[in-house]
Amino acid sequence: MAISLGHYLIVAAALFTIGVLGIFLNRKNIIIILMSIELILLAVNLNLVAFSAFLGDLVGQVFALFVLTVAAAEAAIGLAILVVYFRNRGSVEVEDVNLMKG
Amino acid sequence: MVLTEIAFYLFSAVLLASASMVVSSRNPVHSVFFLIVTFFNAAALFVLLGAEFLAMILVIVYVGAVAVLFLFVVMMLNVDFAELKEGFVRYLPFGAAVGIALVVELVFLEFHWVFPSAASGAIASATPAHTSNTAALGAILYTDYIYYFQIAGLILLVAMIGAIVLTLRHRPNVRRQSIARQLARTPAMSVELRDVKPGQGA
Repeated sequence: MAISLGHYLIVAAALFTIGVLGIFLNRKNIIIILMSIELILLAVNLNLVAFSAFLGDLVGQVFALFVLTVAAAEAAIGLAILVVYFRNRGSVEVEDVNLMKG
Repeated sequence: MVLTEIAFYLFSAVLLASASMVVSSRNPVHSVFFLIVTFFNAAALFVLLGAEFLAMILVIVYVGAVAVLFLFVVMMLNVDFAELKEGFVRYLPFGAAVGIALVVELVFLEFHWVFPSAASGAIASATPAHTSNTAALGAILYTDYIYYFQIAGLILLVAMIGAIVLTLRHRPNVRRQSIARQLARTPAMSVELRDVKPGQGA
């Protein structure tokens, strides 16, 4: 049984689900939540590249490249905010992030 | 080809196993290491799909930059991680419900979606014949998608400046080296010769 597009889509769907599950399970730890977002973006990239390969269209890989760029920028900014927040509050718990409540 | 199938199943299994270790590991440092394993296996799947350039970029950008950034932050912040793990069991039922719902939706979609005939067969090779994947990608990235490419560069510039502005800290009372003042020093400014009479030196 040859590897078809469906195989890759199922792997990407499982990876996406694991990422979403990670956000729900680690509600307190922002670092793990950021890693889960990386997993979700990786699953999206896997879908894009799989469709690109099976439809014979290179544009999917170009779009995956842009997703990769934005993911890297997002990780850098997110971790910078995390470091500044830890410096001010001394913790990284999500539930403590309520300084801006009305 | 049997070898390709074995490689696909091996890489997918390790990918999913390490991804689930990322979200369930007790120690965030272990999570980062499993994240690196996940990225390597995703890169291997990209190679199987014929996207060599993206695979190498994934290894360089994600493993080389993003994962190391995560590792630095995890090790730099002195957080009590056992305390952060407390809510894990409490959120498990809700998280599992959402996860199962998502899996059911996605699998339902994939089994009831009619793929175009070109997509159902073997890999059609997005790369044209007689060129490499990198050359083909560059040929359309620098022509048809040049504006998007420039915008991507701009996003990275903004992210870089933003990260520097956010984390730069000017502490007062810190003595720093002033190279200009050091270089501007002359013997007349720094050495003073006193003529001390015999028997009068302190």
